[in-house]
Amino acid sequence: MSSAARTDEGAQRVASAAPQRRVPVLHVHNVGVRFGDAQVLDDVSFDLDEGQFLAIVGPNGAGKSTLVKVALGLLRPQRGHAALFGRDAGDVPERIGYVPQLKTFDRTFPATAVELVVTGLRRSWPARPSRREREQAHAALAQVGAETLVDRPLSRLSGGELQRVYLARAVAREPAFVLLDEPATGVDYLAEHDLYDLLERYQARTGATVAMVTHDLAAARYHASRVLVLNRRVFGFGLPGDVLCDACLQEAYGHVGHAHVPHTHRHALR
Amino acid sequence: MSGLEDLIQVLAFPFMQRAAAAGVLIAVMCALLGVFVVQRRLSFLGDGLAHAAFGGMGIGAFVIVSSGALAQGGALLRNPLWVAVPFALLTGLGIAWVRDRTELSSDTAIGVFFAVSVALGVLFFSRISPDANIGVNVMDLLFGSILAVRTTELTIIAVVAVIATTLLLALWGRLAYATFDDELARTDGVRSRLLEYLLFGLAAVVITVSATVVGIILMAAYLVIPAAAARIWARSMASMTLIAVVIGVSTTLAGVALSYLFDLPTGSAIILTQALVFVVAAFTQRR
Repeated sequence: MSSAARTDEGAQRVASAAPQRRVPVLHVHNVGVRFGDAQVLDDVSFDLDEGQFLAIVGPNGAGKSTLVKVALGLLRPQRGHAALFGRDAGDVPERIGYVPQLKTFDRTFPATAVELVVTGLRRSWPARPSRREREQAHAALAQVGAETLVDRPLSRLSGGELQRVYLARAVAREPAFVLLDEPATGVDYLAEHDLYDLLERYQARTGATVAMVTHDLAAARYHASRVLVLNRRVFGFGLPGDVLCDACLQEAYGHVGHAHVPHTHRHALR
Repeated sequence: MSGLEDLIQVLAFPFMQRAAAAGVLIAVMCALLGVFVVQRRLSFLGDGLAHAAFGGMGIGAFVIVSSGALAQGGALLRNPLWVAVPFALLTGLGIAWVRDRTELSSDTAIGVFFAVSVALGVLFFSRISPDANIGVNVMDLLFGSILAVRTTELTIIAVVAVIATTLLLALWGRLAYATFDDELARTDGVRSRLLEYLLFGLAAVVITVSATVVGIILMAAYLVIPAAAARIWARSMASMTLIAVVIGVSTTLAGVALSYLFDLPTGSAIILTQALVFVVAAFTQRR
């Protein structure tokens, strides 16, 4: 056996003994956030790997939206850190598609659907979208079944239509990571299911990673590949079947007894 | 001679040309700023910063009289704007800072600075001898005197207009994005906090140099009415901006003309013309 071959064999043994760990899409390490006297996040740690679909669940005031802000680099935690694609959160905006809560939307702002989608392409507000930008925006809207909304004023759209336009904006530049903050708030049951279907189709086509804050435990169980149960600290992180268990949820939500878990969520526990 | 011929003839006068030029420059700056002021629900900002200009002019006039610059310096040096502009700039940045660092609403923050500025203006103007020629008439400062605009003031307005217009057009896309949704814009790398400070600072400077011509009392309307009327008609932020500029410029020229033809106070004529356009816009709004 040549020395070169022995060296190769040795190298392979070393590689197999210590396999190179892929950089997680989202790495959250010991994150602590305090607003005044209130500890909003405490020692939150988890890794989200490529291609996973994460549902972040927890009661109101659990720090879910704060965690989203930390992940996006909008809020610097007092303790710990968050990294996206191995870099400081906030340094890779071009790889992120973000869908904010609809309640932040200002209906007095004069804008059409195509203009909002184009912000996802050029990362500033378009005075007049170019022909190429219009084509790309149209394709993104078609992807979410909203091509007929292209020139409609945003102020005239329903909650479900608006949600599709925001999703089109988020996926227009084909990001590797899509982050949604309570995307189902203010939309009806069918629109909510359409949204999850669209997300899954986008994920299947591009291999993107998805993270979503939701109150819908059934949706988390059905659509997510990982679930994070949060109430200021992590109460569970893992496969939906493991994490969405009775004991874990009751501990996180602070309820005693099954009767206190919302009726609509009981089937998620089974 | 018809009114139109009369107007054409009077436009040959240098004072009328200066008034029209100053009015158009102010209209463009205020319209470009006004669309962001209206969409960010900061309509009270125009009032607050115009009154900061009053405070700054009072301090400036007092400094000029006390330092003897009145007797020694040229017309440019004797202008209280040299103090009023930095004072208003600090006020604008102060309002932005209070908004940023406290949980107070914009109108509360603006109201505090508004009151302090007026108090300072009254205090310093009261310390100046009534006989002193301070280069500024308090009544003109309050109610405007666009027909009396001098070459010095026009030069200052032109310089500020070039800087403000260039900055506002260059930053328009990012400012509009941050105005639509601050958080969404920040996720795309827009430095919205810095932009807000810049917007408040620019507004302070533009309003101060404009208020000396348009009048402190009427300044807020100049900033708000064209943008508000434009919002009613516009379907996009770009068309709102364009319509606001067109309304601002056309109502300024029409107001100057009407004030000459019917012997009306010019500032009032401009603002009432703008108000007329707003009423038409409100009645023709598509539902």
